[in-house]
Amino acid sequence: MGELQTETRTQIVSKPREPQLTVKDFKGKADPDWCPGCGDFGVLNALKTAVAELGLLPHEVLTISGIGCSSNLPGYINTYGMHTLHGRALAVATGAQLGNHQLKVVVTGGDGDGFGIGGNHFVHSMRRNVDLTYIVMDNQIYGLTTGQVSPTSRKGMKTKSTPFGSVENAINPIPLALACGATYVARGFSGQQKHLVALIKGAIVHRGFAFVDVFSPCVTYNHENTHEFFKQRTRKLEESGHDPGNLQAAFEQGSQWGETIPIGLFYKRDGVPALDELEPVLAEGPALAHRRLEVSPENARALVEELL
Amino acid sequence: MYNIDFSVGIGGAAGQGVATPGNILTKLFARRGLHINAYNAYQSIIRGGHTFLTVRTSDKPVRCMGDALDMLIPLNQDTMDRHLGRMRPGSVVLYDGDKLKPTAPASGVQLCPLPLGELAKNVLYYNTAAVAAVLRLVGVRLEPFEKMLVQQFERKGETVVAENLAAARAGYDYAGARFKRYPFSLPDTGKRLAVATGNESLAMGGVAAGVKFYCAYPMSPSTGVLMWMARHARQLGIMVRQVEDELGVINMAIGAAHTGCRAMCATSGGGFALMTEALGAAAMMEIPVVCIDVQRAGPATGVPTKTEQGDLWQVLGAGQGDYPRVIAAPTSIRDCFHLIPEIFNLADKFQCPGIVLADLLESEGFSSFEPSELDFNPPRDRGELIGVSGDAPDANGGYKRYRMTESGIAPRAVPGTPGHAHVVATDEHDEDGVLISDEFTDPHKRQAIMERRGRKMDGVLPLLDPPSFTGPGDAEVTLLGWGSTDGVIEEAVEQLAEQGIAANHLQVRWLVPLQSEQIRKALSGARNLVIVENNYSGQFARYLRSETGIAADAHIRKYDGEPFLPHHLTDGVKKILAGRTNKYVPVHEIRV
Repeated sequence: MGELQTETRTQIVSKPREPQLTVKDFKGKADPDWCPGCGDFGVLNALKTAVAELGLLPHEVLTISGIGCSSNLPGYINTYGMHTLHGRALAVATGAQLGNHQLKVVVTGGDGDGFGIGGNHFVHSMRRNVDLTYIVMDNQIYGLTTGQVSPTSRKGMKTKSTPFGSVENAINPIPLALACGATYVARGFSGQQKHLVALIKGAIVHRGFAFVDVFSPCVTYNHENTHEFFKQRTRKLEESGHDPGNLQAAFEQGSQWGETIPIGLFYKRDGVPALDELEPVLAEGPALAHRRLEVSPENARALVEELL
Repeated sequence: MYNIDFSVGIGGAAGQGVATPGNILTKLFARRGLHINAYNAYQSIIRGGHTFLTVRTSDKPVRCMGDALDMLIPLNQDTMDRHLGRMRPGSVVLYDGDKLKPTAPASGVQLCPLPLGELAKNVLYYNTAAVAAVLRLVGVRLEPFEKMLVQQFERKGETVVAENLAAARAGYDYAGARFKRYPFSLPDTGKRLAVATGNESLAMGGVAAGVKFYCAYPMSPSTGVLMWMARHARQLGIMVRQVEDELGVINMAIGAAHTGCRAMCATSGGGFALMTEALGAAAMMEIPVVCIDVQRAGPATGVPTKTEQGDLWQVLGAGQGDYPRVIAAPTSIRDCFHLIPEIFNLADKFQCPGIVLADLLESEGFSSFEPSELDFNPPRDRGELIGVSGDAPDANGGYKRYRMTESGIAPRAVPGTPGHAHVVATDEHDEDGVLISDEFTDPHKRQAIMERRGRKMDGVLPLLDPPSFTGPGDAEVTLLGWGSTDGVIEEAVEQLAEQGIAANHLQVRWLVPLQSEQIRKALSGARNLVIVENNYSGQFARYLRSETGIAADAHIRKYDGEPFLPHHLTDGVKKILAGRTNKYVPVHEIRV
C-alpha cells in the first residue's frame, strides 16, 4: 500500500484534480432510511457529486454528524465517517481536523442538532475559523422525534410541542454565522441540485469555516415549509448581482425572509488563516496523528531541569 | 540517616504572597536532596481570605503533610491568631514584629519577631529577609539562597540584586544573634530532588504517554494541567486548546483521538458531569481517550478549593448503558505522573475511555521526585492500530472496523488510511459500522456486539499490578483506602505501631476493573477492617460491598473539605478498637 495522501486542502485549491471516481463510487454501505421525498436525498447526492467532482478519494474525507434524521448521512457515503452524539459533531470535527489537518472534514446535521443542542459549538467553531465544511439540512422541525418545534421553526408554527403555535422567535442562521466570523456563508435548497453542488464544492475548497444552510423539506412533519414553499420563494443571489465580498450586503440579503428568500453564496472571505494555520505546533512536520510519541532527550532533560 | 522531619506553615490573605517564601524554601530544601510534601489550603478568592501553605521536608520520603508544625510564619494577624495555639513546644513563630502581635502563646514556643522594616530597605524584600532568617534557624548556609537571588533578580539590575542580598544577610544575621536555632541542621544529602505539583505531574504524565492533543475548560482544581500544557505546547509539539465548555472538551478530544493522536483532558466533578454522555460515546465508537476528574468538594459548585473523594459513584455511573472503560485513582502526587502512561496503554489496547480520579489534595499539593523517576519515555502500547505511521496493509476491501474477534478487540484504522474507510457510530452498529438501530434492530446481533465489547475487559485484569498491601499479616486492624489517602494511611500505620497497635494497609488504585480476587485475598485475615475515605457516605465501602460482598467493620470518614492528618486516623482506630464507635469522623482542628 502506498504512502498516505499528504496534500493539504490549500494544495487542492491551487491544483484541482481530475475526478478519479464517480458519484456511484461514493455510495455508502447502507441505503438511506429517510422518508420517500425527503429533502436530505438531494443533499446527500449533492455532497457525493461535489467530492467526486473535486477528485477527492474516500479515505481523504471524514464526514462527521450528530444525531437526527439528516445526521444518518455518514452511513450513506463512502468516506471515513463518524456518527457522534446529538449536538456534538462540530466539537468532534474540530478535534479531528486538528488531529489530522490533511483530512477534508465535512460536518453534516440538522437544524436542531446544530442550532439547538449544539448551538454553543456552532458559535465557537465559527469564531475560531476551523477548516470545516458544515452542511445543515434545515427542515425547520424535529423529524426523528416525530415533529416538535425547532430553533428555525417560524414563530407561530404549530407543532406537536407547540400545539397552539410557537411563541418564540426563530434563529436566522445566516446573519448568526456572519456575526460569528464564518468565512464562507451560503444557503442552498435541496431542490436546486446544480446550485447546491456548486455551493458545497466551494465550501469544501474554502480554507476556513464554510457554512452551508440547506433548505431540506421534511415531507412528513412540516407541512408549512414544503418543497413547493421553497420552490416559489427562493431566488439565487448569483442572479441578483450580490457581491459575496461585501459583509454588509451579506447581512442585508441574509436577513430577508418572506415572499422572496435568497439562496446562494452570501459571503466569502479568503486569506483569513484557519485555526490549524494559526497554530505554530502544526507549522512544520506531519499531522499530529502521524507524529512519533517519543519525547526527545533534550526535552526530557529540560522538563526535569525546570523542576530542580 | 539524619532523621530530620521539619514542617513549616506560611499563612496570610490571598494576594499577600504566601506562595513566594513557600516556593523558595521548597526549592532550597529539594536542592539539598530533602524530600518534600506540601499542601496549600486556600479559598475561592483572589484577594483576602486565609491561605495556608504547609511545607514538610525530611531526608526520608514524606507522603503527607504530617500532624504538627515546627515553624509558623504568619503574614497577617489572622494567621497568627488561628495557628499560634496549635504550635507545640520547641517550635518557632517567625513574624514581622512591627506589624503582628502574638496572642496567648503556647508554652515552649519561641517567638521570633523580625524588625523587617529595619532589615529590608523595601517592603518587596521582606520575604527575602524572612527566608534568610528561616535558613539560619534550621542551620543552612546562606550561599545557595544568595545564588538564587542573583539568578532571579539579575535582569532587574545591580541595585535590586544588591538590596536583596543585603536584606538576606541582615535577616540571617539578625536571626543568628537574637534567636535560638533548632537543635538540628537540615542536611545536604549531596543530590538534588525535583519538585512538582500534582497538576504538573498529571500534565507531565501526559507528555510521557505521548499526548499530542490536550484540551480543557478551566475548572479548579484541575486548571493547573491546562496551564502547564499551554506553557509547554510549542516546546513539546502538543496541540492545546481551551474549549467553550466541557461538552466540547471531551468531544474534541474524542475527535483528535479518532485520528490517532493520544488525547487527554482534565476537569473537576462538575465538568465531568457534562462529559459523561461522550464517555459512553467513546466506548461505543471504541475510541481511546483519557479523562481526568480532579475531585473537589461537591455537590454542584460545592467548595471549589477544597478536597474530597466524592466523585467515585459519579465516575462509576458516568453515562447511560453498560460500556467498557478503565478507572484508576493515583495514590500520590508522584503516582499522577506514572498512572497516566499506564492508563493510556490500557485505553489504546482495549479501545475504550480511561478515567483518572485524582483530587485536590494531589493536584494542588506538591511533592519531591527523584529526577530518575521522571522517565518521559516509558513503555507505550498503542494496541492494534492501523495507519498512524503513514502506511497501511492492503485490506482488499475486506476491512471491518468492528470485526467479531475472540478477544473482543478489532484492529482500529485511523481516518486517512487508504482502503479502510468506515463509519464509527454512537448508534449500535454491525461489524462493518452499519447501524442496526434504525430500520432493523436485530436482537441477536445486538447481543453478540454487547458481548464482544464486554469481553474486551476480560483482558485488563491480568495486566494490572496488584493493589499495595503492607504491614503484618496478623495485624489487629486493617486500614483500607483508595487513591490519594495512601500517604497519610501509611504514616498512621507507623504511628500506631509506635503506640503498640499492629496495623496493616491495603490501598486500591484500580477501581474498574476492581481487583476483587486480590482484595479478597488481602482482606481474608483482616480482624478489624476499617475503610478510610474523604467523603460522607462511604462511597468506596459501598462499592467494595457490591463487588465483593465484603462489609467493613468500621469507617473513618472526613468531608469537611480538608484532607486527613495522620492523627485523625490513629485517633479513629483507637476509638474503634475500644469499641466506642464504628464510624469515626475527625474534627479538623484549625479553620482554614
